[in-house]
Amino acid sequence: MSTLRNRTAAVELLGPGLLIVAVGLVATRVSQANELYFLNALVAVSMVVAVYVFVGNSGVLSFGQISFVAVGGFASGVMTIPVESKSGVLPDLFPILRDHTLGNVSSLVLAALVGGVLALVLGLPLMRLSGLAAGIATFAVLEITHNVLREWTKIGPGATTLSLIPESSGPTQPVIGALVVMAIAYGYQRSRLGRMLRASREDAAAAEAVGVNVHRQRLWAFTLSGALAGFAGGLYVHMLGSITADSVYLELTFLTLAMLVFGGATSLWGAVLGALVVSGLDSFLSQAEQGVNVGVKLDLPQGTTLIILGTIMATMLILRPSGITGGREFSLPRVRRPAARRPPATPERTAP
Amino acid sequence: MNALGAPVLATINAQVVVDAIGLGATYALMAVGIGLVFGILRLVNFAYGQLIMAGAYTLAYTSSWPVAWSIVACFGVVIALSLLMERAVFRPLREQSPTVMLVTTFAISFVLQSIALLIDIRDGQIGEPAPSLTSLNVPISIDGVDVRKVTIVAVLVAIGALGALALLLGRTEIGLRTRAAAADFRTARLLGVKANQVIGLAVVLSGALAATVAVILTVQTPFVTPDFALHDTIIVLVGVVVGGIDRLWTATLGGFAIGFVSGIVNGALPTDSTVYLPSVVFALVILVLLLRPAGLFVRGRTSVVDRV
Repeated sequence: MSTLRNRTAAVELLGPGLLIVAVGLVATRVSQANELYFLNALVAVSMVVAVYVFVGNSGVLSFGQISFVAVGGFASGVMTIPVESKSGVLPDLFPILRDHTLGNVSSLVLAALVGGVLALVLGLPLMRLSGLAAGIATFAVLEITHNVLREWTKIGPGATTLSLIPESSGPTQPVIGALVVMAIAYGYQRSRLGRMLRASREDAAAAEAVGVNVHRQRLWAFTLSGALAGFAGGLYVHMLGSITADSVYLELTFLTLAMLVFGGATSLWGAVLGALVVSGLDSFLSQAEQGVNVGVKLDLPQGTTLIILGTIMATMLILRPSGITGGREFSLPRVRRPAARRPPATPERTAP
Repeated sequence: MNALGAPVLATINAQVVVDAIGLGATYALMAVGIGLVFGILRLVNFAYGQLIMAGAYTLAYTSSWPVAWSIVACFGVVIALSLLMERAVFRPLREQSPTVMLVTTFAISFVLQSIALLIDIRDGQIGEPAPSLTSLNVPISIDGVDVRKVTIVAVLVAIGALGALALLLGRTEIGLRTRAAAADFRTARLLGVKANQVIGLAVVLSGALAATVAVILTVQTPFVTPDFALHDTIIVLVGVVVGGIDRLWTATLGGFAIGFVSGIVNGALPTDSTVYLPSVVFALVILVLLLRPAGLFVRGRTSVVDRV
């Protein structure tokens, strides 16, 4: 029984994992200009899986998770800029932030910590709300984070671009990052806590009746999701080498939600697949806005990307709200094997 | 009053209060528009701000027309778009969960913003001036307090619209049907309430309110961009939740309260920290939610768990 469960787990993780590795491998084979699109897609996987940990498992919508991406990105970015260039580009910084620099990996850990702690603090009041109200109230989180990051020059660049962040070259870091986020998300959803939360998603009243503290379970997921989102923000700044407060705000919230919904909000496989497919489409459409030749000359006016993505998202929600995966985890296509009809005597049984 | 409160209160004068009431009245109108549709369809329309945006663009593109016709065009476009949205988006979503509905309208909001960008950018730059109504922005001095005409208009329109709505919902046959549908849509339909009729009424009223808000906001900000009213919508949505989304009146009060408080906080903050206005207002929101999760103006307590 337990081997069967382990085998299911292996398959469910292997599908999305191999897909992520494959995208990383393709990224090493394409031109420098196109590599960025693949890296973007890999970082999008981390972000969407982070959003999925809360939204997918709890069934409560959140518009606030991207603020943890923002906070993680800024924390990781500010702390990795070399000390000697910091006082030049960020003159108003608090001394403690100005005089210290972290390495790449420790800045990612810091990003996860900051995201997680912030999510815990903000989740305490917000998770007391019921479903729909909780979803809307998470806008408060997004607005506060954006406002503070945009204005407060003691902790970051304010309204200007934070640049000079050391870049992680190549797809190694985005791939490993995405795999780590995915593995943690999977571990959580198979754990006792994850199952309790998923039970409350299906029927909150019934889950409470069997002793699930819905408020507390939502809070744990919100915190874990915040930590993973912060980590994804760290991956994001190290992939791009720069970040602005406006780049991690409403449009990114829309994009990540579109990816999650397109893939299927209730499964990890849906989150990964949705992120990869939609960011592929997004990259293609933004290239088409510049003019691209795919057999025929395609030259879309600026703004069509969001029209097409938004229409796809709305159509998907109306016609198939469970997404392209139907909200199911990855599984191998079922093959009817003649072996199943053999008598149950197996070699292990006969051997002493 | 304690030591901290005194200097803060000193900066809140009649001027600040008047402006805060004006903002509160505008947000209350938006809250009613959102609350009316929510009451019947259980649908939070995130794209409500884009109805207002469409109205504002109409005012901008018709600014060479006589003002009255320009406003008529604004109402026509917004109500038509509102009905179109109901037919194309709300109706197919009717059986879905409130969360799915909210995400869908979030997507529609981005689609409409992008369409507006496509139309707007034809002249090479983003944003259109809408100068025809700026005469309403001129202040008149009452007892040393500058009251902009549009503030008076906003407050009067809000009172008038809410009064008319109260009469319509409370005193007419169709109003009774609408309230029945808001209380229990399925049972009301079984008892012979025509679903499409009451939904149509709510959508038209909600559109008319959006057009009204478009006029008021365009007077205050006579420069229309694709994200026009987007942030106001987010603030009002949060206000509606804080007030209590399940009742039209608590939702309206929530809308008014968040506008009024924004105005007061804006006046009370020292000049160099007014950029943090959104943070202060939303932090207050989180504080209120901590104390009264069911809604500021809701009596009694509801649980985290909805049992529908």
